[in-house]
Amino acid sequence: MIASIDDKDRIFTNIYGFQDWGVDGAMKRGDWDNTKDLMIRGQDQIIEDIKASGLRGRGGAGFPTGMKWSFMPKESKPGKPSFLLINADESEPGSCKDREILRHDPHKLLEGALIAGFAMRARAAYIYIRGEFIREAENLFAAVAQAYDKGLLGKNAAGSGYDFDVFVHRGAGAYICGEETAQIESLEGKKGQPRLKPPFPAGVGLFGCPTTVNNVESIAVVPTILRRGPSWFAGIGRDKNQGTKLFQISGHVNNPTVVEEAMGISFRELVDKHAGGIRGGWDNLLAVIPGGSSVPLVPAAQIIDAPMDFDGLREVGSGLGTAAIIVMDKSTDIVRAISRISYFYKHESCGQCTPCREGTGWMWRVMERLRTGEAEMHEIDMLHEVTKQVEGHTICALGDAAAWPIQGLIKHFRPEIERRISDFRSDMAVAAE
Amino acid sequence: MPKLTVDGIEVEVPAGATVLQACEAAGKEVPRFCYHERLSIAGNCRMCLVEVKPGPPKPQASCALPAADNQEIRTDTAMVKKAREGVMEFLLINHPLDCPICDQGGECDLQDQSIAYGRGHSRYDESKRAVTEKYMGPIVKTAMTRCIQCTRCVRFAEEVAGVEEVGALYRGENMQITTYLEKAFTSELSGNIVDLCPVGALTSKPYAFEARPWELKKSFAIDVMDAVGTNIRLDSRGRQVLRALPRINEDVNEEWASDKTRHAVDGLVRRRLDKPYVEKDGKLVPVTWGEAFGAIKAVNAGASVAAIAGDLVDCETMYAAKALLRSMGSDLLEGRQTGLAYDTSSIAAVNFNTTIAGIETADAILIIGSNVRWEAPLVNTRIRKAVKRGAKVFAIGPEVDLTYPVNWLGNDLGLVGSLPQAVTDVFGKAARPAVIVGGGALNKGQGASLGLIDSLGLVKDGWNGYNVLHMAASRMGGLMLGYAADGGIAAVAAKSPKLVFLLGADEVSDDRFAGALKVYVGHHGDKGAAQADVILPAAAYSEKSGTYVNLEGRVQRGDRAVFPPGDAREDWAIFRALSDVLGATLPFDTLDALRAKMAEEVPALGTLGLASFAWSVPSLDASASGEIGSPIKDFYLTNAIARASDTMQRCSAELLHGMDYAEAAE
Repeated sequence: MIASIDDKDRIFTNIYGFQDWGVDGAMKRGDWDNTKDLMIRGQDQIIEDIKASGLRGRGGAGFPTGMKWSFMPKESKPGKPSFLLINADESEPGSCKDREILRHDPHKLLEGALIAGFAMRARAAYIYIRGEFIREAENLFAAVAQAYDKGLLGKNAAGSGYDFDVFVHRGAGAYICGEETAQIESLEGKKGQPRLKPPFPAGVGLFGCPTTVNNVESIAVVPTILRRGPSWFAGIGRDKNQGTKLFQISGHVNNPTVVEEAMGISFRELVDKHAGGIRGGWDNLLAVIPGGSSVPLVPAAQIIDAPMDFDGLREVGSGLGTAAIIVMDKSTDIVRAISRISYFYKHESCGQCTPCREGTGWMWRVMERLRTGEAEMHEIDMLHEVTKQVEGHTICALGDAAAWPIQGLIKHFRPEIERRISDFRSDMAVAAE
Repeated sequence: MPKLTVDGIEVEVPAGATVLQACEAAGKEVPRFCYHERLSIAGNCRMCLVEVKPGPPKPQASCALPAADNQEIRTDTAMVKKAREGVMEFLLINHPLDCPICDQGGECDLQDQSIAYGRGHSRYDESKRAVTEKYMGPIVKTAMTRCIQCTRCVRFAEEVAGVEEVGALYRGENMQITTYLEKAFTSELSGNIVDLCPVGALTSKPYAFEARPWELKKSFAIDVMDAVGTNIRLDSRGRQVLRALPRINEDVNEEWASDKTRHAVDGLVRRRLDKPYVEKDGKLVPVTWGEAFGAIKAVNAGASVAAIAGDLVDCETMYAAKALLRSMGSDLLEGRQTGLAYDTSSIAAVNFNTTIAGIETADAILIIGSNVRWEAPLVNTRIRKAVKRGAKVFAIGPEVDLTYPVNWLGNDLGLVGSLPQAVTDVFGKAARPAVIVGGGALNKGQGASLGLIDSLGLVKDGWNGYNVLHMAASRMGGLMLGYAADGGIAAVAAKSPKLVFLLGADEVSDDRFAGALKVYVGHHGDKGAAQADVILPAAAYSEKSGTYVNLEGRVQRGDRAVFPPGDAREDWAIFRALSDVLGATLPFDTLDALRAKMAEEVPALGTLGLASFAWSVPSLDASASGEIGSPIKDFYLTNAIARASDTMQRCSAELLHGMDYAEAAE
C-alpha cells in the first residue's frame, strides 16, 4: 500500500490560497528560482528527465508527458513554428484542480509553460481557459503581466536567452473545447468540433503548426520535477503510476476538498485523512465515480481499498481520469445521478459525428424513463447495446465518456433498475384497479 | 505506392490514397454519406467504418484513414457489420418517415443504404426531432428535419463555390445547417448542393413534387447556357424537360453545373414559337410552312443574303444555313451579334488554349476584362482551385467578387501594354503563366493581349497560357465554320443584304438590317422574333441532336431529349426544306449526311474531343486604351431560354436586384 506523502513532498504549496498568489509570493515559495538553470541542461535532457520521472498526463487519458513532447519536430520548418497549448478548459463534472492552480498558483503554470515550451522548441504557449473561470482568468492575466514585467516571459525569458510568449485565451463555455483538437479549432476561431486524427496535433495542430496540448497540472508540476530530480517524483507511487496528484473529493464526504497526494494511495486512506470520512460512516457508502463524470462508477465494496491510480482503477473497471472523486452515499438516487450525467453529455455533444449526436439524446431519454421505471425490462439491454454502438465509433472520446457511466450503472446496479420498472408496473396495476 | 489487403484481396493504391479508396480499388463497396471525392474529408457520418490491422481494436473511419503498407482491412467482419448497423440506426432514429412525400425518394443515399444496413424495425420509442425549414434562395428547397448533418453542403459552399454562407448552428442533437442569417445562398452554383445532399434535406425548389426519378427519360446533352459546354443529363417526361443535371466530365465540368444550366429548363416550355409567322400589315400572323417559305422566296434575294448565328445554335444548324447561302452564292456569315469584330484569322489565337482543366495548374493568372464568375462559372471554380494551390491572380477590368483573392490593377485597357512591375515579377517567376481575355476586352484589347504572349512568355514547351474566354455556346463552332466576317456584323450589314437569316440571334440590334427581310429561325419569342418579318419555328438545344464546340475547342455532341413543340422543326431540316423552295437544293437528306458533309469541310467537327488548331499569332495593332465594360449585365438572363424561365427571372430579381420574394412565394 502506498503511503501518504509528507508536506515537504507537496508540489502545490499554495493550493488553498493561504498565501500570496502573485509573483512575489510565488518566488518566496521557490517558483521562478533560477529557471534558467533548469533550461540550461538542454531541450533533450528536459524531455529525458520528464520521461524518467514517469509523469503521465493529468488531463484524464494518462499519456506519458515526456513521450508526448518528444513527438514535436526538432527543427521548425519556415513559417511553421511549434506551439504549446495548455488546456485550462476544466469542465469535467467533479473536476476542480486546475481551477485551484490557476487562481492560487498561476506562476507554477507559467514557469512550467516556459520550460515545457522550451523543451518542445515552441515559440509560444497558449493557455485556453474555461470561460466560466472569471476570477481565475483575472488572476492568470495578472500573473502573465507580472511575469512579463519581471522579464520572466517574452524576449530572453527569465534570462535564458530563449524568446517565449504566453497568450491567455478565454473559452466560451463548451465542454467539448476541452478535447485537444476541438480546443485548437476553437482557438483558431472556428466552431469547437474535434478534428480527425491522424494527423495528430504534433504534426498539424494550431494554425497548421506542430502543437502539443497539455493539461494545466501536467505543465505546472514540471519545474518542481526538474528541481527535485526525476527520481524523486518517480519514487512516489507505484510503477507506471508515479508521482503526486491533485485529488478532488466531492459528494457525500464530511469535508469535500482538493488535496495533493501520492498516486496509488488507497481510497479509504485518502477519504479518511483528507475528507473527514464518508458521511454516515463507511457502511453508508454506495458507490464512487473516481475520475470525473466520464468514467464508470465503482460500487463501495470494490473501491474502498483500491489504489487510486491509473492501473489500480482500471482493475476495478473504471479509470483515474482527472482524479475527480465523486462520492455517493446510500441516500443517492443512483439512476438519477447517472441520468443527470447523461443529460450533460447530450447537452455538450458537439453534434459533428453521428453516433454521439444521435446516441447521447437517445441514451438520456431512456435513462430518464429508467429513472422513473416507466420502461420495459428489455430496454435495459437495449440501452446497453446503444451505449456499445456509440462507444468507439466516434471521432473523439466524448462518445465513450457518454457511454461508460451508463455501462457502469447497468453493470453494477441492474437490480435497482429492474426494481424500479417492476414497482412502476405494480403501481400502475394498483392504480388501474 | 502502399500495398495492402482488403478482405484478403491484395491491392496497391497511389500514395496518399485513403483506406476507403483502397477498398474501392479492391471492389468492396463502402457505404458513406459525408465523404465526397471533390470535397474535403469530414469523417463525421461514421458510416464507412472498417476494421484495420494494425490499429486499435475498434473500427476506423476509412474515408479519413491514410492507406499504408501492409495494412489488413476487413469490410466483412461482424464488428464492421455491427458498427454500420449501429450508425445507420442512429441516422434513422431522428430521420422522418417522409419517403413517400420526399423528392429525394428513389435517388436517396439514405434510402438505398438503409436497405443494405438498416434494421427492419425501429427501437426508438422517443419523440423524433423536428427542425424548422431554412431559406436558401430560389433554387434550394429545404426540409431540414431530414438533414443528417453530413456537412457536404457546407464544405461545397466553402471550398468549391467560395461563398461562405452555409454553416452549422448549435451543437449536439440540436445542430442545424443553415445559411448565414437565413439569407439566400448567393452563389451561381447553389444548385449543386441539391445533388450533393445525400438525403432529402436540400431538394430543388423549381422541381419540387414534379416527378419521380423512375418516371423520367434520361438523355445526354450538352449545355448551351455558356461556352463551357457542361455535360448534362436532361430528364424528361412526355414532351417536357423537367430537369437538367450535370454528368461527370473531368475535363469540362467535373460534376458541377451552374444554376442557369440546371434551372433555365423551365423556360423551354414558355414563350415558344410553335408555328410559322409572317408579318402582314405590321403584325405577325400565323401561317403555314408553305406560306412562310413563299414569303421568303418572294424577296428574290439572289446572292444578297446573310446569316447571323445566335449564341445557342449547334454546328449543324450553322452548317445547313451556310450551305444554303453558298448555294445561293453568298458567304455573308457572322456570329458575333453584338458587333464584336476581333481578328479570327487564327482560331488558336481566340481559343482557351490552356484548357479548362489545365487552368487549374497555372501559377500566375492575368484576367483581362472578364467577370469569369458570370461568363463561365465552372472555369471560375478551376481558377479558384489554382489559387488554392498557390497561384497569384491579377485582373484588369471592373472589380467584381470572383470568390478568390484578386489583385485588381484598374479598369483601363492601357494597362495591358504597360503592366506594373508586381505583375511582371510574378509572371517572370511563373512556370505556368496564363492570361485570360474576356469578351469585354477582346474587341479593343486583342492586339495588346496577344503582345503578352511574348512579353510574359505565355507559350512554352507543353504549355500555352493564352486564353480567350467566350460566352456563347455557338462561338467556337461558328468560328470554325466561318461565321466571322472581316469587320464583324457591321461589315455584313454594310453590304445591305435583301434577306437575313437570324439563327436564334436575339442580340442583334433592331436597326442593323433595316431594308432586309429578316427571317428568324429559332425557338423563343424573344428579341430576335420581335424584329423578324418571317418566323420559322425551330428546335431548342434539348430538342435536337447537335454538335457544339466549347471555349477550349472541345467538340461535343448532345442527344435529343424531347421533340420540338407544335409545328416547330429541327433547324437543319427547315433549311433543307427551304432550299427546295428556293431552287437551291442542299445535298443532304439526313442529319448523318449533313454531318458527313460538315466533317468533309471542317474535319475537326467530325471527331469528338479537343480539336487542335495550328498555333499562329496574327500581328495586330498592339495599342489599346479605354475602360472595359461588362458584357453580361445579368447572369440569370443572358439568353432567350433563360429569359423565358420563371426560375431565372426569380433568381435575377431576388439575388441580383434584391427583391424580396421569400415571403411572397410561401
